[in-house]
Amino acid sequence: MLRIDRPIYDQIVAHARRDHPDEACGVVAGPEGSDRPERFIEMVNAERSPTFYRFDSLEQLKVWRGMDDRGEEPVVIYHSHTATEAYPSRTDVSYASEPNAHYVLVSTRDPETVEFRSYRIVDGAVTEEPVEITDAA
Amino acid sequence: MAIEVRIPTILRNLTDGAKTVEGEGATIAELITHLDKNHPGIGARLVENDQLRRFVNVYLNDEDVRFLGGIDAPVSDGDTVTVLPAVAGGAR
Repeated sequence: MLRIDRPIYDQIVAHARRDHPDEACGVVAGPEGSDRPERFIEMVNAERSPTFYRFDSLEQLKVWRGMDDRGEEPVVIYHSHTATEAYPSRTDVSYASEPNAHYVLVSTRDPETVEFRSYRIVDGAVTEEPVEITDAA
Repeated sequence: MAIEVRIPTILRNLTDGAKTVEGEGATIAELITHLDKNHPGIGARLVENDQLRRFVNVYLNDEDVRFLGGIDAPVSDGDTVTVLPAVAGGAR
């Protein structure tokens, strides 16, 4: 199960809407081993494409180092699908490389409806998990 | 002195859990060959057909080695090499 605070959830959805029709992507970092997504980091989609995303390699190095320095890890890795459902594609599964991360998919195909779903992707196996949005105290 | 290599989570099963290991070599290619001797299997995760895999990022200090000559980029003692799997995907 993914537990995520509403302000971070809102930021992910807003980013996906803003970059539509291109795919948006980013990370939510949290203390290593905590499973708590706390620090929202919007990433550039180096592909600027409606059907593909890839983190810019130098930005990724900077962000991953920043997490290392703070004792954090990527708790959530999110991206959007802009014309299809919020379910990992074959491409998503083949490149998934953070076994501890929650892979969040947001679909922006319908401007009125938010589709926000979360998955574990380990060794090519996709497992959907419930999402609980928490209102910060 | 040696070259420090930072290993991503997904490859730490090949390094007994170590986040950093040491290696030797005059180029990225030689460094990877050396790493594979100490940590068998790691070479195949980084290299395919004698080139760096497209969805693995290898950095020399602060630069992506793709901009420094790729697998033939020269390295020297005291350098830090960082390996990060590219974060990529999409509906296509």
